[in-house]
Amino acid sequence: MAMLSFEKKYRVRGGTLIGGDLFDFWMGPFYVGFFGVLTIFFAALGTALIIYAASQGPTWNIFQINIAPPDLKYGLGMAPLKEGGFWQVITVCAIGSFVSWALREVEICRKLGIGYHVPFAFSFAIGAYVTLVVVRPILLGAWGHGFPYGIISHLDWVSNVGYQYLHFHYNPAHMIAVSLFFTTTMALGLHGSLVLSATNPQKGEPVKTAEHENSFFRDTIGYSIGTLGIHRLGLFLALGAVFFSAVCIVISGPLWTKGWPEWWNWWLDLPIWS
Amino acid sequence: MNMKYGLAFIAVAAGALLAMATLMHWERPPMASTQLGPRGVGMVWTQNPRTEAIVKSKNIAPESDPPAQLSGIKVKDSPDYQNVKVLGDLDVEEFNRLMGAITNWVAPDEGCTYCHNPENMADDGLYTKVVARRMLQMTRQINTMWTPHVQQTGVTCYTCHRGNPVPANIWFKNDGPPHAAGMSASRQGEGLASKSVGMTSLPYDPFTTLLAKGAQIRVDGTTALPTDKPGASIHDTEVTYGLMIHMSEALGVNCTFCHNSRQFASWSESRPQRVPAWHGLRMVTDLNETFMASLQGTFPKNRLGPSGDVAKINCATCHQGVNKPLYGVSMAKDYPELRVANP
Repeated sequence: MAMLSFEKKYRVRGGTLIGGDLFDFWMGPFYVGFFGVLTIFFAALGTALIIYAASQGPTWNIFQINIAPPDLKYGLGMAPLKEGGFWQVITVCAIGSFVSWALREVEICRKLGIGYHVPFAFSFAIGAYVTLVVVRPILLGAWGHGFPYGIISHLDWVSNVGYQYLHFHYNPAHMIAVSLFFTTTMALGLHGSLVLSATNPQKGEPVKTAEHENSFFRDTIGYSIGTLGIHRLGLFLALGAVFFSAVCIVISGPLWTKGWPEWWNWWLDLPIWS
Repeated sequence: MNMKYGLAFIAVAAGALLAMATLMHWERPPMASTQLGPRGVGMVWTQNPRTEAIVKSKNIAPESDPPAQLSGIKVKDSPDYQNVKVLGDLDVEEFNRLMGAITNWVAPDEGCTYCHNPENMADDGLYTKVVARRMLQMTRQINTMWTPHVQQTGVTCYTCHRGNPVPANIWFKNDGPPHAAGMSASRQGEGLASKSVGMTSLPYDPFTTLLAKGAQIRVDGTTALPTDKPGASIHDTEVTYGLMIHMSEALGVNCTFCHNSRQFASWSESRPQRVPAWHGLRMVTDLNETFMASLQGTFPKNRLGPSGDVAKINCATCHQGVNKPLYGVSMAKDYPELRVANP
């Protein structure tokens, strides 16, 4: 496969975390590495298991396929394959492939001599998933507390788990997470529209630069975070959203069993007015 | 990645968590979970065994008195008992046993004279006696006409009273604190943290509207997409949500104890527990309209609500935080005279 003119510069040896030079090569444009192999292994096995487990279910409707975790009675033990065991093995495969992929990103970062921003950010997504299917189930004492793998079924799970706490919008970490999700979306919207405006001027006008971009926001809201800053802010908001999402579910059950609205009694009970 | 920002991020997150941890009253694992639906559906009942033990200790049915040694004389045939309008068919001994039990259940500190004039036990001068008579009829109505709700467990005075002359959980029509009216009215009966609706800001008096005959509790849409026909208003759905949170709190359960939230209205996806709950709502409406409302003129002013209405029943009146009142212990089976139809 043809190599781009600048690509040679990036194809450097070393930087691997494990296995030395063994898997330190490229297949076409793709870096392989030990963790690339591991990712392929787990992803292929996990996908095959999903397809096989789906074949044992009642439907091939992509929306309705549902691979559910075991009954609570199995606790933290293994369940028979068709009664949640598939879910357990698929979970292991998913975590294996996600973590391998993150470590492959780390190796690429090391080759390129850049920071670990990308694997750092991805690790928050992995962390949220692991919180849902490993940490919270362990804290509650059964794998059955994990969410089912299915497009519609996992949404039903989310809905019911929310209603276990009567009104999930009163979950304080959910509030923070939702606020951050909206804020990161808004920041991306502001940033994207700014870039598009600057790079698509009126006919006959030259493309505008960061100086114009900064001026626009200084004029409208008195402050511009800057071309680098917006990306840091975006990362902060997005990771914060994911982090507090994980918090909001891990506290539901292990640290709070009642309705979330009652949690706020501490506020009503403050000695200032009570 | 620039260390400064990574550290700042961790500091903000840790600070927020620390503030939450120090200010509030969290619980801790291990918890006890009960699966309420098929696996993976998320219908689960997670309880804190430590707080559950406290609730259990507060909901213990008292020992029943030993059965009465029947004398063979009915109350209505005995010259010693006058003005007995409801319990006349009882054996005298049975009657005395029940009177003693009622005293223990309802007015243990106040004793017989809470309802009776000691000079003349037959006297109806005390309003409490008139209320008690009506309540006996209500108890019988519940145990005979509302078995779809109370099943064979039944109820006694103790189910609600628990040693209190006025049950701890009753409700009055609630107009809320003083507020503007007319064009400047804005609260719509909601927006306060209210115990009646589980400390949410939902409408704080869902009972007046929804525990009335013919009330429409169901607000769910029946089609996936909106139709030309207008559905329930946001306010109506919030009133229903408020009532449902009241039910959950009153029974110490969560929404998934009866419903699969995928489609709240669907009976086929609901748990069988929703059936007695449905009858319970009708029962409470019947009891309030047939029995409590009939005592409107009997109660003195200080027993009425802020807008002058009589005290009424909701789910918490009997359940008191437990899905089966007194954990399903049937006291009524030891008082069969409370399980006969009203004459």
